[in-house]
Amino acid sequence: MSRANGADIKPGETFLHVDDISLSFGGVKAIQSVSFDIKKGEIRAIIGPNGAGKTSMLNVINGFYQPQQGTITFKGETRREMRPHHAAKQGIARTFQNVALFRGMSTLDNIMTGRIARMREGLLTTLSDVFFSAIYFGPAKRREMKEREYVEHIIEFLEIEAIRRTPVGRLPYGMQKRVELGRALAMEPDLLLLDEPMAGMNLEEKGDMSRFVLDLNDQFGTTIALIEHDMSVVMDISDRVVVLDYGRKIADGTPDEVSANQDVIDAYLGVSH
Amino acid sequence: MGSVKSARGKENTFPKLLLRNAEKFSAHPAMREKDLGIWQSWTWSEVLQIVEAYALGLKKLGLKRGEKISIIGDNRPRLYWTFVAAQSIGAVPVPVYQDAVAEEMAFVLNHAEVTFVVCEDQEQVDKILQVKDKTKGVRHIIYDDGRGLGDYGLETLHSFEAVCDLGRKVMEGDGKAGEKWRAGIARGKGSDAATILYTSGTTGQPKGVVLSHDNVLIAATIGVEFEGLTENEEVLAYLPMAWVGDHIFSYGQTYVAGFCVSCPESPDTMLQDLREIGPTYFFAPPPIFQNLLTTVMIRMEDASALKRKMFNYFIDVARRVGEPILNGEKVSGRDRFLYRLGDLLVYGPLKNTLGLSRVRIGYTAGEAIGPEMFKFFRSLGINLKQLYGQTESSVFITIQPDGDIHADTVGKPPPEVEVKIAKSGEVLYRSAGVFQNYYKNAAATRKTKTRDGWVHSGDAGFFDDLGNLKIIDRAKDVGRLKDGTLFPPKYIENKLKFFPNIKEVVTFGHGREFCAAFINIDLTAVGNWAERNNVAYASYQELAALPGVYDMIEENIDAMNRDLAREPDVAGSQVRRFLILHKELDADDGELTRTSKVRRSFVAERYAPLIKALYDGSKSAFIKTEVTFEDGRKGTIEGDVAIRDLKVYPAEIRKEAAE
Repeated sequence: MSRANGADIKPGETFLHVDDISLSFGGVKAIQSVSFDIKKGEIRAIIGPNGAGKTSMLNVINGFYQPQQGTITFKGETRREMRPHHAAKQGIARTFQNVALFRGMSTLDNIMTGRIARMREGLLTTLSDVFFSAIYFGPAKRREMKEREYVEHIIEFLEIEAIRRTPVGRLPYGMQKRVELGRALAMEPDLLLLDEPMAGMNLEEKGDMSRFVLDLNDQFGTTIALIEHDMSVVMDISDRVVVLDYGRKIADGTPDEVSANQDVIDAYLGVSH
Repeated sequence: MGSVKSARGKENTFPKLLLRNAEKFSAHPAMREKDLGIWQSWTWSEVLQIVEAYALGLKKLGLKRGEKISIIGDNRPRLYWTFVAAQSIGAVPVPVYQDAVAEEMAFVLNHAEVTFVVCEDQEQVDKILQVKDKTKGVRHIIYDDGRGLGDYGLETLHSFEAVCDLGRKVMEGDGKAGEKWRAGIARGKGSDAATILYTSGTTGQPKGVVLSHDNVLIAATIGVEFEGLTENEEVLAYLPMAWVGDHIFSYGQTYVAGFCVSCPESPDTMLQDLREIGPTYFFAPPPIFQNLLTTVMIRMEDASALKRKMFNYFIDVARRVGEPILNGEKVSGRDRFLYRLGDLLVYGPLKNTLGLSRVRIGYTAGEAIGPEMFKFFRSLGINLKQLYGQTESSVFITIQPDGDIHADTVGKPPPEVEVKIAKSGEVLYRSAGVFQNYYKNAAATRKTKTRDGWVHSGDAGFFDDLGNLKIIDRAKDVGRLKDGTLFPPKYIENKLKFFPNIKEVVTFGHGREFCAAFINIDLTAVGNWAERNNVAYASYQELAALPGVYDMIEENIDAMNRDLAREPDVAGSQVRRFLILHKELDADDGELTRTSKVRRSFVAERYAPLIKALYDGSKSAFIKTEVTFEDGRKGTIEGDVAIRDLKVYPAEIRKEAAE
């Protein structure tokens, strides 16, 4: 497995390094030679005004966009081109700005789909596997039970027991966001990319989501990169913040450093009150 | 304790009963909890093993005889085990309402001189740490669920497993530790304090009711014998552990009868878990039944026309003949057939959906239940009975006996319980369940409990011709209008609360010209109405102020007024003016008690401008209120509240000849 490497990277060491990335769509320069790193075990926020290139940056990291220039080093492996499923295999999971779940399926089934990337490992490699999968009993059943147990841990972690069997299309938005996080967690990611996890949530839901992000980082040591507009959330939970503006990096540092940076105040936070 | 018998049998304490049950029902499940979507269970002998290790661990940590140990959390097996483990080493468990804010907890912890606290999770641990300076007596905190507590790094913070491991180490080091523990249990007396339950208190600071093992166990036994409960009952523990009802039904009676208690997966899944467990013995305060009824009614509104027709037809049949059939009265063959058909098509599936198919005995108590609601559940064939009790009596004061149910009464005293009515109309009682004293409050004890063991209930009531007790209201709440008409606020409020749109009501009238009401709408029911009628709203406040909602509530109150007109005694108390409050009454703001009872005087004070407007004829009033969020932060809600007038019906003369 390609994901085996990276295990020797200790918390606090560079986990992902984005070097001199540039991305443009025709004449629009979405990202212009941006470099930064994400250390293992940290919560890293990417902030910036609308159109600053935050989501594009996430899309580059998880292989959805191919940058015209620059390299990405993840777990010591440098690459320029990659496909999303490779990223998934390498242990990068993400959630989306707009919820992207299977609306007709239950919470449980949606989270189970997150296990598929992992279930494929070793399944259907021999003829007998094909046979047993087809009749469900035997190894296939045992595997299903094992995966289900993992998913149940996620359900417990996210406190969504009550909606286990509810089709996600019927759930309120805040809950759908939570299910989406659950699906990303099902991949047992080493790096979790969250694209505006709190967008459109009320105060209470934001509080809950912040707690999940912190607990996740705290208990499982998951490295997290998040895009977020709510400044109080960003300043509260992230270890380091990188600020983009018009596709360029204008600041990078701890929440305190960033919020004291004049460029950031001018570009993003406006005049300080 | 006067003439009342002392404990029965040899097992007169909880730990002794645990030892007995581990032998008598060793392989029988004692506790169940849903974890990772699967029901996990522990037999009585497994429970004994865990409790033994846990108790020795607590002792090793320094919990001494007579010290208090607080229990805070939702219903969890390990928290229930804390009761018996603490009692086995002579410590006194003090459960605290889990949704109390930190300040309220600090009061109880200080007042009871608590030294150990057992918390369910991080939320509760945080609350305790937050008031650490005010609760200096607390030496150790133990938690059940360690999530988020990883990096607290406190030496005084322990996981449940760590405490049990400590106990097991003690046993390894000292082969006789277990034996000594059992010997200690054998020395326990029935008269020892078993627990201190803090009453929610509609007025003033909570009082700590000290109950002995005798109190709880004899009261539990009376209930077990009265209803013929066996080890094969199934119950779901979902009510606050700090409440006496849960203490008796999910702890006391299980130890006496040996039946299994199931803990829901989370408070949100209670209704699903209820359905999966299918309890045979079910206890719920009226709001839960109301909630069930509202859910059913809402879902029927959304059902297809055919289903709705069938439902309405058979519910009518049940209203007519369901109760007589349940009471074993004579019913015509045709009606019997229709009822059976209804059971097949409607009642059976409905009960199954609600998880009430197997209920042999259902109790409701805490406050009066609307007669309509009560009859609805009974007509479906659910043996729902009312019960009247208090913390001070270890619950049982009166129970409705099978086949002798009158909706407007709370039944008769069970064996060994004496009840009488004082000249003032107050209900007095005496039994083996009567509490020892209020902890560190001798004055209150003297005021409530007479020298010969009679307790003042604080409720006004009387016995009807058949010997059933009727409770009208809190003795101090029953009032009179200016012209002397009887004004029983609770009675009117409960009548209104039966309407699915109305969640909470507060009526005013004592010493005033007429009766007026504050209404809280039910967000689920009215929200559903809004959705069906394409009415947009953003908040409770906005929904509550809609004229359409006012129209609906007006219709409801009008129907109630017409109803009241038929009862000469209270016809004068028809509601003449009402308003819909701009916020929901909330325990966090002190408007309700933790058991969801309205704190009348507090509400009257807080909303004084609104009351003034109700009586000075204005069409609307402005109000600004402070609200407290669950984490203790404060905010304000303000706005104009409309007031409406209602028609009053002339009192009907009582018809002498019954139809």
